[in-house]
Amino acid sequence: MVFRQRGRPDVRAVDGVGFSVAPGETVGLVGESGCGKSVTSLAVMGLLPRRGVRVEGSVAFDGTELLTLPPDKLRTLRGRELAVVFQDPMTSLNPVVPIGRQVTEVLVRHRGLNEGEARREAGDLLRRVGIPDPSRRLREYPHQLSGGMRQRALIATALACRPRLLIADEPTTALDVTIQAQILELLKTLVAESGTALILITHDLGVVAGMCDTVHVMYAGRIVERAPRHDLFGAPRHPYTGGLLASVPRLDQPRGTRLAPIAGSPRDTIAWARGCAFAPRCPNRVDECTCATPELLGGRHGLRCFNPLRSGPVQEVAPR
Amino acid sequence: MLRFVVRRLTLLVPILLGLSILLFLWVRALPGGPAEALLGERATPEAVERVKRLYGLDRPWYEQYLTWVGNVFQGDLGVSSRTQHPVVEELLRTFPATVELALTAMIFAVGVGVPLGYLAARRHGTWADHLSVAGSLFGITIPVFFLGYMLKFVFAEKLGILPTDGRQDPLIDAEHPTGFYVLDGLVTGNPEAAWDAVTHLILPAIALGTIPLAIVVRITRASVLDVLHEDYVRTAEAKGLRPGTIRGRHVLRNALLPVVTVVGLQVGLLLGGAVLTETVFAFPGFGKFVADSIAARDYAVLQGFILFTAVIFVLVNLLVDVTYGVVDPRVRAG
Repeated sequence: MVFRQRGRPDVRAVDGVGFSVAPGETVGLVGESGCGKSVTSLAVMGLLPRRGVRVEGSVAFDGTELLTLPPDKLRTLRGRELAVVFQDPMTSLNPVVPIGRQVTEVLVRHRGLNEGEARREAGDLLRRVGIPDPSRRLREYPHQLSGGMRQRALIATALACRPRLLIADEPTTALDVTIQAQILELLKTLVAESGTALILITHDLGVVAGMCDTVHVMYAGRIVERAPRHDLFGAPRHPYTGGLLASVPRLDQPRGTRLAPIAGSPRDTIAWARGCAFAPRCPNRVDECTCATPELLGGRHGLRCFNPLRSGPVQEVAPR
Repeated sequence: MLRFVVRRLTLLVPILLGLSILLFLWVRALPGGPAEALLGERATPEAVERVKRLYGLDRPWYEQYLTWVGNVFQGDLGVSSRTQHPVVEELLRTFPATVELALTAMIFAVGVGVPLGYLAARRHGTWADHLSVAGSLFGITIPVFFLGYMLKFVFAEKLGILPTDGRQDPLIDAEHPTGFYVLDGLVTGNPEAAWDAVTHLILPAIALGTIPLAIVVRITRASVLDVLHEDYVRTAEAKGLRPGTIRGRHVLRNALLPVVTVVGLQVGLLLGGAVLTETVFAFPGFGKFVADSIAARDYAVLQGFILFTAVIFVLVNLLVDVTYGVVDPRVRAG
């Protein structure tokens, strides 16, 4: 995925990110802010601006290639077969349109319901995601709802047409911890009930630990480690994954124990073409790291590293 | 909503009282006076004194003010010293013309400006966008009287497809019960007269509406650009809605909020009269009448007309606020 701006060299934001999701499966994309998680999800949905962005490769949905699909065809898939729950429920709802209309418009568009049927259905949906007094809420506007309720309304909208693929882009980041747990529980149940494939994008390892079957760790636009959840938490191989896990606060350590953050910031990076982008921050760096590009190797537990961690400390991250 | 409207209308009372005092002092601060203006440069001081006494202008200003306010409450705005007609009559004669002109100008400005602004934002950074930005800059800077004469020259004189001036062809036999000529033509069952009035409005409305048009284009463009980057527009795209639904329900409904404010202010301004346009097109409206009255130091007309303009301005603003409450639910709550 290449971002281009006149007068500047093209920026290759995301490269070689490949993964697949099966029905009923939850796949996590994990990484720091700016590593390309959200952009990846927008590319899958075809929501990146057409001007200034070039997406290469393939997005296959049940045999249909989405990248080359004509826009109007893609529109009939979006919202019906593919749905997203965005990060910020405060800004993702239209402030001047009643909640009800924002839920029903998907039903009217994709399932051809009339207004009355769609309203009843929307009421059911709100009830299912745990919004009390749905008939009143349908008439209200976003500013009259709390953050958690808005996120529920967004989830209800995303689920309205029983999509086969749901992308949840940091669905709980903007919410209180207690609400976070409720929302995640809700997503989990819905995935289990409907067999929806879920791509969960997050920087929160606790969320991953509680939800995902497979986890992809991204750094600077590439997947650096890919593994089933237990393998990843049990034996992280990439120094970046190890660093992420070590920087999570833990309940089994005495109070006042210092966290071990990853040194440097995501801006201390080198181009993947010249070496490993994580090398400047890596405790395990060897000479090779700054003169050759590592490839993503290995099957179930894939790794992009010249000098991986041998046997990482066994991590228990409290699942959310 | 009703309480809000009533509260705003109550606020009108102190506003008008304060304004009327300022107004009263202001017209009297103008050099010269109606007596001097009426009698000309060579008038003897005795003659001036006599005229002043006739109009009560020799009394202290607060006495004059109290008399005037008392009359205003009885619906009497006095008599014009220039035309010798009651001010109320002059108001009823000139105001409908101005309303007709102002509304036509605003319909032109909004009807052309909003689509243009939207298009410019959608084609952000392309030649169409640059053209509309440059065009709107041109629209703001071009002097109204120049534009007016150019329009008249091209469309009325060279092409001869539109009338040059006035509100109605004198050869058309038309009645005017309301003073709104287009409406008059329709209610009296005279479509020819109505259409004739419309053709008389086109050129002055374009001349008058060009500056508001340019403003509307710019505000709409900026506002749509903002809204297009909002998360909820992305949400709407992600729902796979039809482009028309996204445009109308999700983009324009939000983007037009600032446009409503601007249009309201502009309508208020235009209703205060458009001296230049009215002069160029010999359009017998409010603005030209007021300008002539200033020259004649016609106190009664100035006081009455400006007071009336203030009431209109406040009412238009109230209407804008009410509209705002209708389009934006967040305002309704507060």
